[in-house]
Amino acid sequence: MDEVQEQVPEQDEHKDALTADLRAEFDELVGHYPERRAALIPALHRCQEELGGWLSPDVLEACAGYFGMEPVEVFGVASFYPMFYLYPRGRHEIGVCHNVSCDLRGAREILARVCEVTGAQVGGSSEDGRFAVKTVECQGACTAAPMFALDGAYHENLEVADVERILGGLQ
Amino acid sequence: MSEPATYLLERSRIESAHTMEVARKHGAYRGIEKVLREGWTPEQLIEEVKDSGLRGRGGAGFPTGLKWSFMPNRAKDPRKRYLAVNADESEPGTCKDRILMECDPHGLIEGILLAAYAMGTEVAYVYVRGEYRLPYQRLSNAVDEARAAGLVGQGIGGTDFACEIWMHKGAGAYICGEETGLMESLEGKRGHPRPKPPFPAGLGLWGQPTTVNNVESLFNVPFIVDRGAHWFRTMGTEKSPGNILVGVSGHIEKPGVFEVPLGMSAKQILEEYAGGIWKGRALKAWFPGGSSTGLLPASMIDLPMDHDSLKEAGSMLGTASMIMLDETACVVRAMEVIARFYDHESCGQCSQCREGTEWLHQIFGRIEAGNGRQEDIELLSSLASGMAPGKTICALADAAAIPTHAVVRHFRTDLEEHVRLGGCPSAGATQETVGAAG
Repeated sequence: MDEVQEQVPEQDEHKDALTADLRAEFDELVGHYPERRAALIPALHRCQEELGGWLSPDVLEACAGYFGMEPVEVFGVASFYPMFYLYPRGRHEIGVCHNVSCDLRGAREILARVCEVTGAQVGGSSEDGRFAVKTVECQGACTAAPMFALDGAYHENLEVADVERILGGLQ
Repeated sequence: MSEPATYLLERSRIESAHTMEVARKHGAYRGIEKVLREGWTPEQLIEEVKDSGLRGRGGAGFPTGLKWSFMPNRAKDPRKRYLAVNADESEPGTCKDRILMECDPHGLIEGILLAAYAMGTEVAYVYVRGEYRLPYQRLSNAVDEARAAGLVGQGIGGTDFACEIWMHKGAGAYICGEETGLMESLEGKRGHPRPKPPFPAGLGLWGQPTTVNNVESLFNVPFIVDRGAHWFRTMGTEKSPGNILVGVSGHIEKPGVFEVPLGMSAKQILEEYAGGIWKGRALKAWFPGGSSTGLLPASMIDLPMDHDSLKEAGSMLGTASMIMLDETACVVRAMEVIARFYDHESCGQCSQCREGTEWLHQIFGRIEAGNGRQEDIELLSSLASGMAPGKTICALADAAAIPTHAVVRHFRTDLEEHVRLGGCPSAGATQETVGAAG
């Protein structure tokens, strides 16, 4: 399915995009590796978790500064990995597995129901900002198919009727 | 029939076995304690693993002890060396390493320590796929517990053995499960596989000697050390000893991950462990070891699940993840899904793979949608032959080509029928779900 194009909002260029806590965390993290930039991917995860669920151009640039890299290199890494988002998204992320084991047990119907309940298209967010929906290629829950991950937590052995029960009350 | 002996999932069945207290009560760390207490040499440990005949459980089936022996001699090569644990389990159909990390993380830590002891790697990185939140947390907590107990870090067990273990989270790319893609990703780069040679044991992480081992491979090692290579060989076959975790998913009554001796027939696993095909239906097709291994017809369900038997049959054991399709399922639709997956996951370095996976996706898609052309079937074969074997940096192109060849070989009539009818004869049937009716 076609991905939905998202807009990147205006940035405030005078503000430090990283918090002091994140910088302290990264200081510890880089000690695990002989080269500083090896901590980049774990650091991008932490940025995304703490700074609004996506990686803004300011955050990428601040990470580039921290790791002694060019911003374009950091962008190149972030854009390679499907778990990093370069645009703002709905508050709750639903990743519906649509690989073969899930497809055989009804993943397409689960995905259609998720889109219906959330009002979001695949690869996009709902207008009210509550949900972001995406498809994921096998999340290692093949013997509990079909499944989706809601904000990272697995919901397995799904039936179509479960979707609204799980997602309906979220704000 | 008596139940075959099990060891891999023994602790996993015990409540709270992910905690150090319970795991130790049930035998965790006995292997590493034995090695330290008896003062084994690293060579002795490598020999024991070689004698056991343990073959890697990540898909390729390479002998683990032999792989370890490729690390350069420490006296001649003083470079720092690394162990990278491949916990980037992403092969469609595969969810075995996840169970080990969630339910018995101390078993994996012990395997890491023994590998580190054998190869002299003072640092091990565990590369866990980003989606595996619970396995990451469980393993991370277990490493902290083991560090607090003096089993990770410097001076392990009061000896001069040292091994640091760091957790490292991936970010959703299948290609990072390929060992050189994994190393690039661990270095903080895009996960582009490296050409081989040089092999990781010579030039790996940061240009230093490195070995990459799968979770389940390492998990077997403490049992081999504790109970002996001879014991290990009492299970499985001569060339594929030991037990293996087999995931069975798709159209079956009781999906699950089961521990069986290598060489058990796929039919026995399907019927005695997984409850048979669901809804009283018949089997149409199956993957023996994940989506990369190629669909086999129901007539081949008697095959033994071990490396050599499946290879002789023109397939592969892969990750031993059986995906079952019942008689109502459409193999073309399954191939469309799989081709989409490889198209999505190709890193794009090699043109054969970047372009080839996209074409395969398009062609399977149009055949399934009813727009297939008669020449498409030959085109699929010719494309797959242009992609592999050995034409690209890594084996992702092979992983897309192998199931393509298999479906043309075993299910040509299904492809032809789609083209002739201008659509999928079983459209709608596979959309039936467990819960759609309820």
